[in-house]
Amino acid sequence: MVATLQLNAVGVRYGKREVLSGITTPTLKGGEVTAVIGPNAAGKSSLFRRIAGLLSGPGDIAIDGFPEQSASRICYMPQDTSVNTVLMVYESILLARKQGADPRVSDADLEAVDKVLGSLHIESIAFKGLSELSGGQRQLVSLAQTLVRDPDILLLDEPTSALDLHKQVEVLSLIQSLARRRQMCVVLAIHDLNQVLRVADRVMVIDAGTMVRCGPAEAVITPELLRDIYKVEGRIERCSRLCYQVIIDGPIVHQA
Amino acid sequence: MAYPASMTAQTGRGVYRALVLRKKLVLLALAIVLVLSIIADLGLGPARYGMREVVLALVGSPEVSNQVSVVIWDIRMPVALMAVVVGAALSAAGAQMQTILNNPLASPFTLGISAAASFGASLALVFGVGLLPFAIEYVVSINALLMAMAAALFIHLMSQKRGVTVETIVLLGITLVFTFNALLALVQFLASEQALAAVVFWTMGSLTRATWPKLAITTLIVIVALPLFFRRAWALTALRLGEDKAASFGVDVRRVRLETMLIVSVLAAVPVAFVGTIGFVGLVGPHIARMLIGEDQRFFLPASALSGAAMLSLTSVISKSLIPGSIIPIGIITALVGVPFLFSLIMTNRRRAW
Repeated sequence: MVATLQLNAVGVRYGKREVLSGITTPTLKGGEVTAVIGPNAAGKSSLFRRIAGLLSGPGDIAIDGFPEQSASRICYMPQDTSVNTVLMVYESILLARKQGADPRVSDADLEAVDKVLGSLHIESIAFKGLSELSGGQRQLVSLAQTLVRDPDILLLDEPTSALDLHKQVEVLSLIQSLARRRQMCVVLAIHDLNQVLRVADRVMVIDAGTMVRCGPAEAVITPELLRDIYKVEGRIERCSRLCYQVIIDGPIVHQA
Repeated sequence: MAYPASMTAQTGRGVYRALVLRKKLVLLALAIVLVLSIIADLGLGPARYGMREVVLALVGSPEVSNQVSVVIWDIRMPVALMAVVVGAALSAAGAQMQTILNNPLASPFTLGISAAASFGASLALVFGVGLLPFAIEYVVSINALLMAMAAALFIHLMSQKRGVTVETIVLLGITLVFTFNALLALVQFLASEQALAAVVFWTMGSLTRATWPKLAITTLIVIVALPLFFRRAWALTALRLGEDKAASFGVDVRRVRLETMLIVSVLAAVPVAFVGTIGFVGLVGPHIARMLIGEDQRFFLPASALSGAAMLSLTSVISKSLIPGSIIPIGIITALVGVPFLFSLIMTNRRRAW
């Protein structure tokens, strides 16, 4: 069965301060990639933490049509990947897989770890300590820890923010192909609009704690969005039959 | 250790298996050190016995005299084994405190739990005040235990508050240390000369207070507590990746923390209640284990217990051999021996432990 995720009037409050409210989405289906975009501090991370069950708040989150929080179905990759431990990369990925499972390590477990290391091309750092890694390497390992759990619903909070261009393209393509192949429902926060246009089937725009737009990438990412949400002048150009490109002219200059 | 940069997925598994084997060998080595240390500990005292004699007495060989057998079994054995279980308990408690509080400075000693226990004990020693109305024989130990548990729970409750950071917890622990030390000083000031001597000796920590019943209780607690930690090994290891990450794996972080802290408070308090303040084992033991074996709790936990046990047992050997014919209170020796040892480990180990 294909996993689905649907939010209904979901919100988050810190004490009395409402950081997110009334987020209602269409049904996000397995096999699709949904990008969540918006300015800094718009509430993207709070939304992810709310869906992952790390924050509570009003509204319903339905998985496969049922209101539930099941960690084995959802896997969330936090934005902050900083760690302070002598655990090795390999051990950290293995332990991600073993949570809530049979505590004994089987051949299948090690095989799964090797496979995920291979798919992200990080075999060479497998036996390095986590705190010895660079920011980009940590991000790849964090993603590996998430993927090894083989979730139905994958929540990635800025999974490529510390990666070089080659790795960004590679990782996002991998995520897209995993979504298609394993019918995973992927929701990812990301700032690079060109990457959004390349991989996302659907885009949700969060601004100041509410969802202001939601739809197919080409329909949502427009010069008006650049102007209204990001305060920059720009245009979207079609560069081939399948591909669009955002071209930024510069920030909007306020006239006195 | 260096691994070839171009490793295929096939050898990833192989390297991991080799690593696990190495960890098991380290555990075995620690166990051997511990056994040798126990034998040395049993041989030392006013009368010195060689290794052969001790082993023969242990296996009940008719070759050794009855007198030697009585000295080793009835007089020295409870003390030697107490060093082992107390070391294991304090070190395992320190290891889990460091894990759940995410703090390299956490230990029963540094977070004020030992100081609280000393204060509780002093109340009994000086005023004869018992915090529970029964068990007069164990009034000192019970007072120490209750105060230590109260301190541990206080630290835990405070660490749950929003916005409390790693630094805050250490500061909080230090305030507890100072508070209980001040209270202890106050009690000492008010104490009679005789009671004062008892308090001072108690706070030094000494294994000579060990008896078979106390040994049995402490052993029982270690035997119950360690498997409880072990059952949660994967979840506890996941906490080292950060709270959010562990939670995203489905770990109930709050519950694991609370349960662990409850067990830790008993595990840390009982030894202190029976043998007095023995510092640094709870801090140094886990660091030695971490450097030797890493932080996978399946190995880190037994390694912490073993290194703490070996450390305290070796300290007991040293405390008997420094001044022939007298046993220096072990609490004094642990710090003097443990700290330079940890220092040299930190300075020679290039991999960052925290």
